[in-house]
Amino acid sequence: MLIIKNLHANVEGKEILKGINLEVKAGEIHAIMGPNGSGKSTLANVLAGNKGYEVTEGEIWFEGKNLLELEPEERAREGVFLAFQYPIEIPGVSNATFLKTAINEKRKHIGLPELTPKEFLDLMKEKSKILGMDDSLISRSVNVGFSGGEKKRNEIFQLLMLNPKLAILDETDSGLDIDALKIVANGVNVFHNDENAVIVVTHYQRLLNYIVPDYVHVLSKGKIVKSGGKELALELEEKGYDWITSDELESQNA
Amino acid sequence: MEENVNKINQEVSDDMKVLDDLTKSEYKWGFVTDIESEVAPKGLNEDIIRLISSKKGEPEWMTEWRLKAYRYWLTMEEPKWPNVTYPPIDFQDISYYSAPKKRPQKKSLDEVDPELLKTFEKLGIPLEEQKALAGVAVDAVFDSVSVATTFRETLKEKGIIFCSISEAIREHPDLVKKYLGSVVPYTDNFYAALNSAVFSDGSFVYIPKGVRCPMELSTYFRINAQETGQFERTLIIADEGSYVSYLEGCTAPIRDNNQLHAAVVELIALDYAEIKYSTVQNWYPGDKEGKGGIYNFVTKRGACRGKHSKISWTQVETGSAITWKYPSCILQGDYSVGEFYSVAVTNNFQQADTGTKMIHIGKHTRSTVVSKGISAGRSKNSYRGLVKIGKNAIGARNFTQCDSMLMGDKCSANTFPYIEVENDTAKVEHEATTSKVGEDQIFYLNQRGISTEDAVNMIVNGFCKEVFKELPMEFAVEAQKLLSISLEGSVG
Repeated sequence: MLIIKNLHANVEGKEILKGINLEVKAGEIHAIMGPNGSGKSTLANVLAGNKGYEVTEGEIWFEGKNLLELEPEERAREGVFLAFQYPIEIPGVSNATFLKTAINEKRKHIGLPELTPKEFLDLMKEKSKILGMDDSLISRSVNVGFSGGEKKRNEIFQLLMLNPKLAILDETDSGLDIDALKIVANGVNVFHNDENAVIVVTHYQRLLNYIVPDYVHVLSKGKIVKSGGKELALELEEKGYDWITSDELESQNA
Repeated sequence: MEENVNKINQEVSDDMKVLDDLTKSEYKWGFVTDIESEVAPKGLNEDIIRLISSKKGEPEWMTEWRLKAYRYWLTMEEPKWPNVTYPPIDFQDISYYSAPKKRPQKKSLDEVDPELLKTFEKLGIPLEEQKALAGVAVDAVFDSVSVATTFRETLKEKGIIFCSISEAIREHPDLVKKYLGSVVPYTDNFYAALNSAVFSDGSFVYIPKGVRCPMELSTYFRINAQETGQFERTLIIADEGSYVSYLEGCTAPIRDNNQLHAAVVELIALDYAEIKYSTVQNWYPGDKEGKGGIYNFVTKRGACRGKHSKISWTQVETGSAITWKYPSCILQGDYSVGEFYSVAVTNNFQQADTGTKMIHIGKHTRSTVVSKGISAGRSKNSYRGLVKIGKNAIGARNFTQCDSMLMGDKCSANTFPYIEVENDTAKVEHEATTSKVGEDQIFYLNQRGISTEDAVNMIVNGFCKEVFKELPMEFAVEAQKLLSISLEGSVG
């Protein structure tokens, strides 16, 4: 589904990603872990096409398409979804208006008719129930006056509504208490199936108790320095990041 | 929930309609209708004023009033305080009267010039359909003479008078004599004096005691003949306990020379009466270099004469090269209420200096001001507002909210609030914000599959929502469209 080859990217002229290689297949969940400043969020934003990040080298292929040639909205319509670390507020635009526009853009792109109001309503009811969302959140302006937890929940609500092929969760666990974490994780698990894939970007192992990854990659200084199974996350939790990042540096120096 | 969602769906589908129109970026109503006009020679003097007065078949008292205004105007100077710049206007280089030559009968639409009807269709004012569908009575002003009036019969049954000001001067002289110039005297300002001298047409509304006007009254203004100044005069009187909602919408064709428009609107609300006045203004703003475009110097003022009366102004200003306009309320009656909701959009080289005046005179008077300014391109957008609480205005209240949104870094937004309080029981609140359409907001919407153009529309419409919700439904849709068209290509 997703193939990343030797990806290099700059932010404000500074190289953050220094040669990322990663392949994600349908049905898989990958966790990207790493210390602060290792480039986790940069990777998530580059995949989504944020113009604040400049790709200087490498390739990204998504479902056989060259992702780097697509605008952010085209990537989204192709099925790339980013759950934002800091969801943005859009005053005066209701969640429902926003979502209906987004869904219909995507449906138009893949040649489906727009949802009827009834279909949209039913979909919204079904998905909001999974996340235990209050109806009022749906008619309120996008993220305006939402608590941190509500914002994150709203991101996962959008994920369920848009049902993309690839979901990238950027620190979705940050700022969530344990109950909210469980609800959000459950939302992701409801979403996940054999046809789609999830990339979980996180600093802590905690979320991975609930969203169980097939692969865990450790990012350090812009490179994936170690990959493994879900056990790797537990090991990281126990030992911290230092043992890997320093090992890796030593092996690089050797 | 269900109801809520249905409402939302309606909103969404309206938004989508707006988006459909986005591809049409050029000024969409730029065409000149080929109707022979009867145009007065350029220049202004007492003879021209007598000519206008006689063309309109006016009585002597009216001619005299015009002449008095003209003589006063000669002693005045153009105001220089607005935060706008433009080359000096040669008032002798303007033709002050123009009327379609083939003056149609008003009995039915069949008798109206087909060319004219075509023009209305292009403007999206299907009179025929409006009769059946919208329930909107239209007193259509084409250039300066009213040519089609509908729904007169229905209104007549209720005793409502809705006609051209010229007709009112002839048919209802007592009402006109009593109220014309009573809110905006010809001595008020330079353009009001000029208007009083030369106004060629406009609308007149009288709602009798206790009558609730059963439909939205609507006038579409349109400037057509080249280089003709347009001087509309509108007078609306809501008698005790009555209610009326009045819509004003404008479009104009593309042209090279700047055009002066100096209208005067006077509203009078007596005891327990309410007037709601909504405007969507979309006059030609000039091209991308700022050439051409309408100068819109308007005096709009309402007097809440009676106790518990209410006047509410809602305006969406997207057009004109220069807008200079302050719809105001004089709150004389105790417990009277004034409201001003405004969206002013400027793009390219447009300049707007607009706002309101809330003059609290009566006890326990209340006013609300919500102003949303959006500037893009190299435009200049200023809010200028006065809140004045008089000595006797015990318990008066004002709330003002003034938000500016900037698109790009070459435009400017200014706020000039003036607050004068002479009664210490009054409460005046002023809130102001300035924001930029953020890259991060646009990216967020992009990431959900929404294009940049649509994202900007969504953000801007969201910003203006508080004002749009004050507009009648069909007007709100039109306003959203105008906003999209006005701001197209200003980001990204």
